[in-house]
Amino acid sequence: MSRISEEQVKHVAHLARLHVSDEEAERFTKQLDDIISFAEQLNELDTEGVEPTTHVQDLKNVMRKDEPKKWITQEDALKNAPETQDGQIRVPSILE
Amino acid sequence: MSLFDYKLSDLQEMLHKKEISVNDLLDEAYNRISEVDGDVKAFITLNEETARARAKELDELRGTPEGRGLLFGMPIGVKDNIVTKGLRTTAASQILDNLTDPLYDATVVQKLDAAEAINVGKLNMDEFAMGSSNENSSYYATRNPWNTDYVPGGSSGGSAAAVAAGEVPFSLGSDTGGSIRQPAAYCGVVGLKPTYGRVSRFGLIAFASSLDQIGPLTRTVEDNAYILETIAGLDQMDSTSADIEVPKYTEALTGDVKGLKIAVPKEYLAEGVSDEVKEAVQKALKVYEDMGATWDEVTLPHSKYALSTYYLLSSSEASANLARFDGVRYGRRSPNAENMLDMFKLSRSEGFGDEVKRRIMLGTFALSSGYYDAYYKKAQQARTLIKKDFDDVLADYDVIIGPTTPTPAFKVGEKTEDPLTMYANDILTIPVNLAGVPGISVPCGFSGEGLPIGLQIIGKHFDEATVYRAAHAYEQATDFHTQKPSLGGAK
Repeated sequence: MSRISEEQVKHVAHLARLHVSDEEAERFTKQLDDIISFAEQLNELDTEGVEPTTHVQDLKNVMRKDEPKKWITQEDALKNAPETQDGQIRVPSILE
Repeated sequence: MSLFDYKLSDLQEMLHKKEISVNDLLDEAYNRISEVDGDVKAFITLNEETARARAKELDELRGTPEGRGLLFGMPIGVKDNIVTKGLRTTAASQILDNLTDPLYDATVVQKLDAAEAINVGKLNMDEFAMGSSNENSSYYATRNPWNTDYVPGGSSGGSAAAVAAGEVPFSLGSDTGGSIRQPAAYCGVVGLKPTYGRVSRFGLIAFASSLDQIGPLTRTVEDNAYILETIAGLDQMDSTSADIEVPKYTEALTGDVKGLKIAVPKEYLAEGVSDEVKEAVQKALKVYEDMGATWDEVTLPHSKYALSTYYLLSSSEASANLARFDGVRYGRRSPNAENMLDMFKLSRSEGFGDEVKRRIMLGTFALSSGYYDAYYKKAQQARTLIKKDFDDVLADYDVIIGPTTPTPAFKVGEKTEDPLTMYANDILTIPVNLAGVPGISVPCGFSGEGLPIGLQIIGKHFDEATVYRAAHAYEQATDFHTQKPSLGGAK
């Protein structure tokens, strides 16, 4: 039984904001299916009552004072932007 | 003989006595790069102009109290996923190909600079550190200096190859599932992944934030310890960096391992590990016995689940981390987009390579509604069990020793077709990242084909000192680290 269908791969690609062609979707489906099938070996493990680990350190929230600090200038912030206009970053239209 | 055959402390002494200049060291680096990097392809971007100007400043300081930085005048290469102010930083991805003028330095780069080291250039890698062979670089695949038909390992393949080829004496890499130790093993150099939280990740382009660590690659253990001393420590800019004092690691290098208790996991010398590698590790254990250490066979029973656990967790974290590359503020924007959604999709699809796309999709899938518990949460629970294996063994032993990789380096192109075969290279290094403990790879032999083999030494959380002590004693008792590839003619 396959773990992930071509339709699901296309849906996941959309969620991740990736464009995939039909040819790519076919290839990725096969590869992802192999990887997910392999990963299902974890089902052998009895994890009843096992706490999930998100992090290996015993850290609580680390807080600092919320103070304004000099970081970068507007000019700096714009210098690597693909397109700018009037001191702002320009993007294509959001509404159709 | 190359100047880079001297260890760091000798080079410092020669500089302070004015027997050599900082500029001589840069000559050594850039001449060697011109000579061999056409074959090795370790660098993406060179920093020569800035480096030469800095060398001039430092040469004026030789022998003065100001010129006493811990890494005074030392040329170092930096993996290209570590952000460098004003110096192109690509993570070997087309999506960052045009990021020529980054706005800040990573904390480790600031620390290197404060210690008076010099950044020679940015090193090649698998795109966004996803890969085990450097074949996922969007520029070109770095080659193994011992035999350029073979891969250097990855993802810090450029960092390992540049040191092995004598282009730089030291480099920084990053390690999420073995990306420092595996290429160090394949290229016959020393590479350390510090404890999670030992080194600030600020300015490291994030792959899997709960696993990533920056660490040094060097020719010797002592040099490695000097560099970790420089880059480690608490950083306000990384809330996961630990508030634990950084010891003088070099003082731990006593050469004495009498009474050291070594654990050897049977899973690390099992099926899948080549006979040559097993034999090299067994010989290394004999060396430790002769020095007065003892070893016992132990078990890390959940080892076989590490690979699945890792790919689910690291891909999930990557899918979130790489969402920031959207073509808006910096990096590649597709010229073919007519609206915002197309701009996101086309910029990302044109900018990312296949392995990166695969992992983003795997992670998005594992985190998506209806699959979260079955995949992501299950993997987090498996991680708890894997970490406990290490905690249990390290409660009774000082270090864990085994091979770094199941086999020596493989040929370019041999494993690119099947992602799962490629992933299996990291089976012995991945558990260490999941547990968050430190691990080092040191040279421990050569295969019949003349390719290096690496010995992995794993320690307790924040006990890099014992890992270094064990590695250094072994290094002093053997001569594998003194051998060099014949690339570009013996020098």
